[in-house]
Amino acid sequence: MSKQIEIKDLDIYYGSFRAVEGVSMLIEPRTVTALIGPSGCGKSTVLRSLNRMHEVIPGAYVDGSVMMDGQDIYGAGVDPVNVRRQVGMVFQRANPFPTMSIKENVLAGVRLNNQRISRKDADDLAERALRGANLWEEVKDRLDLPGSGLSGGQQQRLCIARAIAVQPEVILMDEPCSALDPISTLAIEDLIAELKNEYTVVIVTHNMQQAARVSDRTGFFNIAGTGKPGKLIEYNDTEIIFSNPEKDDTQNYVSGRFG
Amino acid sequence: MSNTTVKPEQGSKLSLRAGKLPKGATWMVAIGSIIVAIVLGMLMTGGFNIPLIALLAGVLNFIVLYAWSRTVEGKRKATDRVATTLVTSSFVIALIPLISLLWMTLVRGGPVILESPTVLSRTMEGMKGIYDQDYVAGEGELLGGFYHSIIGTVLITLAACIISIPIGVFTAIYLVEYAGRNTLGKAITFLVDVMTGIPSIVAGLFAFALFGTFLTLVDPGGIGSAKMGISAAVALSVLMVPIVVRNTEEILRLVPMDLREATYALGVPKWKTIVRIVLPTAISGILSGITIAIARVIGETAPIMVTAGFARNLNWDLFGGWMSTLPTFIYDSQMRPTSPGVAAAASSDRAWAAALVLIVLVMVLNLIARLLAKYLAPKGAR
Amino acid sequence: MATSAPAKSEPTAQSRPVVRIGDRVFSALTLAAGILILLTLAGVAIFLLIQSWPVIGAQTTDPEQITGGGFFKYVWPLILGTLISAVIALIVATPFALGIALFTSHMSPRRLAPFLGYTIDLLAAIPSVVYGLWGLALAGNLVPVYRWLAENLGWIPIFAPDAEGTVSQTGRTMLTASLVLAIMILPIITSLVREVFLQTPRLQEEAALALGATRWEMIRMAVLPFGASGISSAIMLGLGRALGETMAVAMILSSGAFTWSLVVTGNQTIASEIAQNFPEAAGLRLSELISIGLVLFVITLLVNMAARAIVARTTVKGN
Repeated sequence: MSKQIEIKDLDIYYGSFRAVEGVSMLIEPRTVTALIGPSGCGKSTVLRSLNRMHEVIPGAYVDGSVMMDGQDIYGAGVDPVNVRRQVGMVFQRANPFPTMSIKENVLAGVRLNNQRISRKDADDLAERALRGANLWEEVKDRLDLPGSGLSGGQQQRLCIARAIAVQPEVILMDEPCSALDPISTLAIEDLIAELKNEYTVVIVTHNMQQAARVSDRTGFFNIAGTGKPGKLIEYNDTEIIFSNPEKDDTQNYVSGRFG
Repeated sequence: MSNTTVKPEQGSKLSLRAGKLPKGATWMVAIGSIIVAIVLGMLMTGGFNIPLIALLAGVLNFIVLYAWSRTVEGKRKATDRVATTLVTSSFVIALIPLISLLWMTLVRGGPVILESPTVLSRTMEGMKGIYDQDYVAGEGELLGGFYHSIIGTVLITLAACIISIPIGVFTAIYLVEYAGRNTLGKAITFLVDVMTGIPSIVAGLFAFALFGTFLTLVDPGGIGSAKMGISAAVALSVLMVPIVVRNTEEILRLVPMDLREATYALGVPKWKTIVRIVLPTAISGILSGITIAIARVIGETAPIMVTAGFARNLNWDLFGGWMSTLPTFIYDSQMRPTSPGVAAAASSDRAWAAALVLIVLVMVLNLIARLLAKYLAPKGAR
Repeated sequence: MATSAPAKSEPTAQSRPVVRIGDRVFSALTLAAGILILLTLAGVAIFLLIQSWPVIGAQTTDPEQITGGGFFKYVWPLILGTLISAVIALIVATPFALGIALFTSHMSPRRLAPFLGYTIDLLAAIPSVVYGLWGLALAGNLVPVYRWLAENLGWIPIFAPDAEGTVSQTGRTMLTASLVLAIMILPIITSLVREVFLQTPRLQEEAALALGATRWEMIRMAVLPFGASGISSAIMLGLGRALGETMAVAMILSSGAFTWSLVVTGNQTIASEIAQNFPEAAGLRLSELISIGLVLFVITLLVNMAARAIVARTTVKGN
């Protein structure tokens, strides 16, 4: 239920603009990996390339490979739709489908593949996913109400429930707490710690304390200047990145001297 | 907090790879279907029946594409392909009549204007059927024209602008800057919506009834003299005002509140803030909205024919006598040709030439609106 | 005087709100413009009613004076004709409008999309009289199709041939008029629906894609539900347009008595009845035409209010 990701010499382009250059990293299963760095350094782009969501932007393409348990997700004959089935994603702002109820939101991905899921199975699955997202107790009495009626933090956990309901191998999180208050942030961070028991989690965050709190490994990205491609400067255990990094750039960034 | 997480379900793991149709499969199927349809169609009817072949080709295309994709790529992908093809073909089919219309106007109207450019400078005053018969027989040039209609169009539209632009813009200002959420504001918004839906011929009848009612007060038999340029302008205003209000309102609401507050904080009174800050910021959008409104009403026929009649001569006086505009000229020429029978082709020629002029006019106005919105926009607003 | 005024009256003078002349004049001007719109709309109803008065008088005293032998006998077939043509136009145009809107907003090559959108807007601006001219020129081409319909599907009342067993020889029938109407309202509905589709939040679309939806599934999950109320109001506005559209019908239809068959000569809509007869009308006939105009006004008013009600009821909350 959890896969290893190996990124090899990945370059990401938007048209002729090279946004990210030469990223290689090995992400182990059942770990939380944080990607940090200043704005515009390409960390979100790298994250979105892990489930081929960057292709939504016209003209975007990659050079290099991303192996999931030895299978290249950019290989010939690979369908991005299948990749996304196995790599769930949680976005910066909670985006439940406004016309669907809480339960329908959770089941949205499952219904795509299995139209005739029985009522009982559907209920069970919804409950499991919502429990997995630590949301069950809060919403179990209003499963048929619209998902957009929940608070920001609850909506974000609903989106996590929606992502794990399809039983993916990997969960990607793109600054999942940046629009939330501290208490909701704490709830999500607790949840990330639990998710790691089952999934490979990759999270992009602007908040260095958050990276330090939740992740096992941290990758630091930086750019040399505007218009230059983003690069992976250092990738190591979180403890090392925050206490004794190898590169000066990393040291400067984590100690708040620039960024 | 509960510690339960989703239990992994073994076994149901799908591979990343999926069967895929070769590149260009959609085109291959489409071309194949057309060829098979032609053959089938000929076998069935023994002739080249285009509607039947098109129908057969369409049905075949969908069946083959779905079946092939279903076996290779699975049900979901097959549905996706069929939906995409359906949407794309609806687009192509719908374009056919629209392109045909533009093409026909160009082909029928273009040569007339090139060969007889005098249609642009002559009126229909003194036109007789015999001239048209000569022209159709090849014994004379195309006489008559629609200069009077161009002038009529310009005059009536200008008058409509003079009436409707101040009303429209001021109403929009009231709605955005003064009404807030009060009842009057809501009522006006609602009625502007209702006005948008008034059929143009009803607007024409209203203007005619309005002037007719007052003129009969002066002269009991005077309802006929309600047909004049200014009635037409009032009719067009009824159609134009809601468009101007809507477009202006939309633009004014885009002007950031901060900008107004910044000016209030400097001690500038409200009306000056509106006149000096809000309107100049929004001016490109307002002008563009007004141009769109003009383009919309300049092609109106029905309200003009019930308010201004069908003039054959040049009339500069908005307050007396019938007037002609390009749309009513087109209708009148086509439906009541100067010379019936074969020579009606001459009237038809003039109608198509006028249609071309009208379409060009509308397109130019739309283009101006686009350019206004693009180039006059305040710098750094985006 | 000013010097002898007691000092304590100063605070009251200060706290009185200062109303500037400029503000007063300006707000009065804008208010007047707004009220003028209220008056205009009331005026439409009032003046049409004043000019229709002779018809109401004739209806109560001597209905035989009225064309068709009574107001209701006169207006009923016209209402039916108006509704039939508008509904056919809507049924034909709506699927295509949705298709074009989806194609230009989500399926066309990205570089092409803005150009296509602009083209649709331009087509929406083509004057209806030109559509009429075009439809009239091509109506004859539909005669074989109508003949085929009458021969093979003639048992259905709407495709029934006339008493002599033939169909219209000019193609100037209700079906032709309705098809031209459909083509006319197509760009209008399309540009409204396209606008709605383009406003689908990017986040919703990405959420669907990230769950592994195909493009069509993404459209069904995110785009269509989001646009539902916008689509219905666009359709209703299209219906309003089709009901009130005059020229295309007035030019194409060779008018005649009401018939259910769409492929023979006959039928008339309210708007085209007015357009075809107004130039020569006088006296009671003039009032008749104005009174059916009032009927058309009421019908379109109801349709537009229904459109607004739909939007108000189905608007998605939280967006």
